[in-house]
Amino acid sequence: MPEPQRLLTADDVTRVVDRMAHQLIERAASSTTEGDGLSDLVLVGIPTRGAPLARRLAARIEAFTGTPVDVGTVDITLYRDDLRTRGVRALEETRLPDSGVDGRLVVLVDDVLFSGRSVRAALDGLRDVGRPRAVQLAVLVDRGHRELPIKADFVGKNVPTARTQQVKVRLAEVDGEDGVTITDA
Amino acid sequence: MPDALRHKHLLEAADLDLDDATLVLDTAAQIESALAGREVKKLPTLRGRTVVNLFFEDSTRTRISFELAAKRLSADVINFSAKGSSVSKGESLKDTALTLEAMGADGIVVRHSASGAPHRLATWVAGSVVNAGDGTHEHPTQALLDAFTIRKRLGRLEGVRVVITGDVLHSRVARSNVRLLHTLGAEVTLVAPPTLLPVGIGSWPVTVSYDLDAVLPTADVVMMLRVQAERMNASFFPSAREYSRRYGLDADRMARLADDAIVMHPGPMVRGMEIAADVADSARSTIVEQVGNGVSVRMAVLYLLLGGNA
Amino acid sequence: MTTLLIRGARPYGEDAVDVLVKDGVVAAIGTDLSSTAETIDATGLVLLPGLVDLHTHLREPGREDTETVLTGSRAAALGGYTAVHAMANTDPVADTAGVVEQVWRLGRDAGLVDVVPVGAVTVGLAGERLAELGAMADSAARVRVFSDDGKCVADPALMRRALEYTKALDGVVAQHAEEPRLTVGAQMHEGDRSARLGLTGWPAVAEEAIIARDVLLAEHVGARLHVCHVSTAGSVELIRWAKSRGVQVTAEVTPHHLLLTDACAEGYDATFKVNPPLRTAEDVAALRAGLADGTIDAVATDHAPHAAEDKEVEWAQARPGMLGLEQALSVVVGTMVETGLLTWREVADRMSVRPAAIGRLAGHGRPVAVGEPANLVLVDPGARSVVDPAALASKSRNSPYAGRELPARVVHTLLRGELSVRDGKVQE
Repeated sequence: MPEPQRLLTADDVTRVVDRMAHQLIERAASSTTEGDGLSDLVLVGIPTRGAPLARRLAARIEAFTGTPVDVGTVDITLYRDDLRTRGVRALEETRLPDSGVDGRLVVLVDDVLFSGRSVRAALDGLRDVGRPRAVQLAVLVDRGHRELPIKADFVGKNVPTARTQQVKVRLAEVDGEDGVTITDA
Repeated sequence: MPDALRHKHLLEAADLDLDDATLVLDTAAQIESALAGREVKKLPTLRGRTVVNLFFEDSTRTRISFELAAKRLSADVINFSAKGSSVSKGESLKDTALTLEAMGADGIVVRHSASGAPHRLATWVAGSVVNAGDGTHEHPTQALLDAFTIRKRLGRLEGVRVVITGDVLHSRVARSNVRLLHTLGAEVTLVAPPTLLPVGIGSWPVTVSYDLDAVLPTADVVMMLRVQAERMNASFFPSAREYSRRYGLDADRMARLADDAIVMHPGPMVRGMEIAADVADSARSTIVEQVGNGVSVRMAVLYLLLGGNA
Repeated sequence: MTTLLIRGARPYGEDAVDVLVKDGVVAAIGTDLSSTAETIDATGLVLLPGLVDLHTHLREPGREDTETVLTGSRAAALGGYTAVHAMANTDPVADTAGVVEQVWRLGRDAGLVDVVPVGAVTVGLAGERLAELGAMADSAARVRVFSDDGKCVADPALMRRALEYTKALDGVVAQHAEEPRLTVGAQMHEGDRSARLGLTGWPAVAEEAIIARDVLLAEHVGARLHVCHVSTAGSVELIRWAKSRGVQVTAEVTPHHLLLTDACAEGYDATFKVNPPLRTAEDVAALRAGLADGTIDAVATDHAPHAAEDKEVEWAQARPGMLGLEQALSVVVGTMVETGLLTWREVADRMSVRPAAIGRLAGHGRPVAVGEPANLVLVDPGARSVVDPAALASKSRNSPYAGRELPARVVHTLLRGELSVRDGKVQE
């Protein structure tokens, strides 16, 4: 059993999240002609770990700017294309801000970007709930090996990996502590 | 919490243990919130799957509920009603099953007047069988939607005191509810004239009473079962009037309920017989929302049974 | 006629002897008999008088697709029987001398067991007026057992008359004890399981009420009464009480009621639907005890062949009844002998001697003794096998024992000195 190698410590995760929050603030400002654009922004996390990550980003943005940002989650289970091969699983919460997503800048948030299939499912799910002005993607770790033409707009850390390796993000809200590890197969 | 149900079919409430039942209810709740306020109330989950509604007994509301549930999950739905089909020309249940099998049905939702027909069907087909009511045996998705409704209204099921009143003897709804509510930790009291309670009820996990007035003040939920007036011809009770006086839920009896107690009815109801019109239409009544909850719960069941490896 | 020397058989499971069969009778019993005749090595096999069934449905005339007198005779011979009573609920009903003689001739032509027709008590089993019982008794079929089996003679006045009338015929009314008003739509034993499975209950009291009534009627008119397929503990009690009063009542129990319970209904497999229904474990225990102490006189199969299309259907739509002839002895060995409740001699009593006496069959149920008719069965008590319905001789496949391992195997059966079954194969 190979030992997991640490890619990011808890401090690293905090620093990376802060940097991504700053990037989101800049992007929001640059994508609008009036104000800071933050009221236009919706962070939508993909459960499981994308959801707390989205909330953290929103909290940091509010801490840096004093402006609250809308957050939501969209469960992608019912949109997955691998249910037949991997079986059904329990659903997670879908919750969107009361003001909706129509005409706004939606940033999907996930922990790891790998094949891109989760993001595709999230895009399908988003399409059924409204029509955003634009959809972008923020991920804590991009480990490559895309199977679909999908690219992240905000990346916490790029990690070159072998397909067989396992990248594991741990977040305090779900796992009790922060950190990112990689394990050889 | 498990990801999937233990059984491939949903034939009776006993197929669901506490984890299973909770999974169905939680899934229904997630589906409901995912679809809340959406313009497109459709999910792609069961695209390419075929669900057959095999109804040997008329039940428009149950069939429509299952049909809507399957369609909202993008399944192809075939309605196969016994009337006017080969079944009415004498085709056996087994031959019908083998025909559906050859058509590649992934799921068969069956309603039948004979107790146990879904169990037999399940031994003849490869797909999943969902019991949509069999004879006087069970109607498990009705019990699931009832439990879902109670949980939504009262916020819990554990320890909830449920009084079920009416023709328990002939009621598949009662059988499924007794089993499921017990699994979920609720306390069930059955109230009926002794003629409408089965011999052998002593082995059920319930309290039995013949006195509705005595149990109403402590009830959190009162569930009224349909009583067919024909039963009085077989001397199950002397007259509709006497039944209604002793076991019907009228405004006087409703006034004896706790403030937050709710009144349920699986429908179709006989206003005036087992339930007074002003009770059925009161704020306590969940009768209309039970219908909407039925679709969410049936979507959850279809997703959990058919979404994965069929 | 054949002469056969059976070597090393154990009559009633007791000490091994040689038995010489000649001209249809037992000619000699001893050790180290010698003969130039054909020899059958029966070392280790139990020798019993040929079994007698009081209750068989052979379905001919009317439902030859499910069984015929010939196929039923094969099944009977393979089960160790040398005589079977063919129930009257055929189509047409065996309620005239003509029909009972037809069945009797078919049995004689098959030649594997003595087929003894049962006559209907009432015309068309309709329960309204008596059939010509005397004509059937006087016919070539010599009917002595009368039964509307499948239906109860429910009218108490009619039952009284039937009991009285058969006294003149040395006959007996075999009652299917089921109060019809208490069993409208009944599907299975009424109790915990029927309540849960949502199947209409068949209450024990529906059987017991008729038995209580009929033993009192039999006592009142001084007639013989036979109770078919007793299925409840309460019925055993009633019959025990009646016998203690001196009522001329006899009773039978089926193999399936000695082994199976209402738990078999759980999967709604209608193979297990039968009338009277399978009861509780407590009833099974009482039936075994009643058979052991002689309260119940006989084991009778109620062999009831049904077509697949009448069984592979919804429970409520299925016909009641199950096969029994080929496995009856095995079930009795498993439930009564291996449990120590009956000796082999008592098995012979309950499956041959007493049923023959109830049916007034002169040549059957006789002891294994010199000069007696050579109606015999040789059983391997140590054999065990799993029941495969496809391998049965019956035309139907509705065996409740499918897939079950049962003890004992009928190896040879002799009808009046001729082998009807040799090494488990029918001899035609």
